[in-house]
Amino acid sequence: MFQNKDTYTFLLDGKTIPFTEEQTIIQAAMAAGEYIPHLCFNPEFKPHGSCKICTVSANGRQTASCTQQPQAGMVVESNTPQINGERLALLQMLFVEGNHFCPSCEKSGDCQLQATAYEMNMMSSHFDHFFPDRPVDASHPEYLLDFNRCILCSLCVRASSDVDGKDVFSLAGRGIKTRLIVNAESGRLADTNFSGDDKAAHVCPVGVIIKKRVGFAVPIGQRSFDEHPISFTPHPALKDN
Amino acid sequence: MLSHMHKHAEYLDPILSRYQYNAHHLLQILREAQEYYGYIHADAIDYMAQQLQLARSQIEGVASFYSLLYLQPQGEYRVLFSDNITDRMLGNMQLMESMCKELWVEAGKVSEDGLVSINTTSCTGMCDQGPAILVNNIVINQLTKERVSAICELIREHIPLSDWPPEFFAIEDHICKKDILLDSNFKAGSALAKSLRHSALETLQEIKTSKLRGRGGAGFSTASKWEFCRSATGEQHYVVCNADEGEPGTFKDRVLLTSYADMVFEGMTICAHVIGAKKGFLYLRGEYRYLLDHLQAVLHHRRQQSQLGNNILGHAGFNFDIEIHLGAGAYICGEESALIESLEGKRGTPRNRPPFPVTSGYLNQPTVVNNVETFACASLIGLHGGAWYANIGTDTSAGTKILSVSGDCVRPGLYEYPFGVTVAQVLADCGAQNTQAVQISGPSGICVAANEFDRRIGFDDLPTAGAFMVFDYSRDMFEVARNFVHFFKHESCGFCTPCRVGTSLLANMMDKLAQGHGSPYDFAEIEKLNVLLLSTSHCGLGHSACNPVLDTIAKFRPAYDKQLIHKEFIPAFDLDYDLSQARQMTGRDDAGAHLERTNVSK
Repeated sequence: MFQNKDTYTFLLDGKTIPFTEEQTIIQAAMAAGEYIPHLCFNPEFKPHGSCKICTVSANGRQTASCTQQPQAGMVVESNTPQINGERLALLQMLFVEGNHFCPSCEKSGDCQLQATAYEMNMMSSHFDHFFPDRPVDASHPEYLLDFNRCILCSLCVRASSDVDGKDVFSLAGRGIKTRLIVNAESGRLADTNFSGDDKAAHVCPVGVIIKKRVGFAVPIGQRSFDEHPISFTPHPALKDN
Repeated sequence: MLSHMHKHAEYLDPILSRYQYNAHHLLQILREAQEYYGYIHADAIDYMAQQLQLARSQIEGVASFYSLLYLQPQGEYRVLFSDNITDRMLGNMQLMESMCKELWVEAGKVSEDGLVSINTTSCTGMCDQGPAILVNNIVINQLTKERVSAICELIREHIPLSDWPPEFFAIEDHICKKDILLDSNFKAGSALAKSLRHSALETLQEIKTSKLRGRGGAGFSTASKWEFCRSATGEQHYVVCNADEGEPGTFKDRVLLTSYADMVFEGMTICAHVIGAKKGFLYLRGEYRYLLDHLQAVLHHRRQQSQLGNNILGHAGFNFDIEIHLGAGAYICGEESALIESLEGKRGTPRNRPPFPVTSGYLNQPTVVNNVETFACASLIGLHGGAWYANIGTDTSAGTKILSVSGDCVRPGLYEYPFGVTVAQVLADCGAQNTQAVQISGPSGICVAANEFDRRIGFDDLPTAGAFMVFDYSRDMFEVARNFVHFFKHESCGFCTPCRVGTSLLANMMDKLAQGHGSPYDFAEIEKLNVLLLSTSHCGLGHSACNPVLDTIAKFRPAYDKQLIHKEFIPAFDLDYDLSQARQMTGRDDAGAHLERTNVSK
């Protein structure tokens, strides 16, 4: 797999992981079949580094593994009680920041936020819920936008801009008021040039961008993460290829 | 849609053409559009999108990031009360309340006739002469009840801001103690002329010998930064002066740019010579908009004197000029990579690092970003040499430091000391009495208590960007910390999960304590949050967001204990308060419609 003659290795939780010059820690780990929990990272896109779920300890310093390049011989720790505890807290933050009602969510079982929370043994949301007011946009004939579930990973922003060349989505606002917007004065998806064929329609790790009229086509219990926990499930992007 | 855009095209066209239809100037274009129209109209966004070949959502994304830009109509007069703790101590909240009452408007809203809107804003850098407000982004200081009434009258009479009494806009330098920098009687061009007699490498060596370290607080070696940048390959090299002085309690850069601007620009020019830059930027915080004309005049004069432009001071091939870029209300843009993003016309989100700006900064080219004071120091070193400078201060902290002193003292203002001065000395000089605590370097810095006043200003002990806020024993240190925590919540850029959500959680916890619903459990929660923010946040803002709380819990525990009604179990919500809606709906407010307090705490 690594044609590059300068192939080095680092240690991930004691396992030897080869890497090339272009790879970050998570990219090398994923290529070697190792799982580091993540949400805003998607192997098809340039790393973003915002969700911080993929935080690891690299030579003793905590850093996002999706943006951090490894060094030869680097000692990386990921699956430790302390780091998983921090991931759990970050996941709980994402849950209380939005409105996530898994039992009634169409994405349940296919949702990376939910699956990663299971992986980290999340039993409660711990923090007080913010219960933000985030109206749903059902204007588009084929797609629904449920902003309640947005975790601001910006994958749809990146896909629409980098792959589709459309810039349908952007992040707006600042701080806790950061929100996803679409490229229309009305703020409605129907008034953009969004299409179901766009890459952006298929990258949401949670349940914001939902195709209409196919809800529950795959019954709960038979979905991606019902079959296997997320740590044993190849990334959808890798599975497709 | 085209006809809708037409009226906006009229004022946007000259602005767009002045910025060469270059999307990297988006923030400047938005700011000027708002100065003309009062806010950024949706049709104006469509027109800009078309002309700059950007998506309208990208423009909206940028505009909505900066708190001094508006996408909705604001009052004809936009009044913003500076809300640093020092403004609070001077009674800004009462003054805001009385202004709201006099003008019949609710804080945070626009009056029904569209005349006025009143709100708060982060520290405007006027702590030595507060309480301060911004009216249509122009500063008015030393508010009193009388001044507030006079302003209300002017607003009601629709008097244009330009016709308001000039004394309202007077801003003092308040230089209380001068040392080598503030007392230098610097002659424009003198340091540059001297430096240009030497090679760029020799000048770099002088900076190295001086042991100058960055004055923004982090204290990175200035010579190393310049050297890294100089040796980095790129099509262009850039010099950026960070004048986004947003740390609450800091105002020294404002004074340096008011009365020592030549020293600052000259330091930038010396840096340009060392690193081989043709272009420099001064990133001026939006709150200092009133300085723009003055700074442009200084730059103009320097061009006339051949201190900027082509073949500077007859030095063939040395071409360098400086552009001023205004911010629009975002503390995070003081972080150098966020500042660069903002310079490029984007949302001020800190970049992933490495690469660092010295190799990949503005437009991904090698860029030096230094603080205003650092560049002024570089001018001094250019004039007097590195050895002279290194002799002042301490071994590890060479030279002097300008402190912005505010809060409970007789003489707030600027104090310049050689590094190594004790907190006690500064307190004595500024006439502070009964001092309980000093917040060094603003909310992201350190809170020192009375038993630590022998500690020294310097990179080894108390590093500082300059803020020195004094609190006497009449102040509630819990409220100080609560003000700072709300500042971080307001200024978090929202990019990373821990800081975006964590700063809000922290603010909510402090509010919960303030309402008397906290318990010792919350202290443990705050500790946990601190560990999380320290280890997972994207940048320094998240790393330091818990500092003010942890410092004050450790040093002023009684201030927290008095907030605790309950010592053990605590409900996370106030059940009686939550029934208020039901009471309102039923029109009841009798004892029977309330829960007894004792029931709540059990």
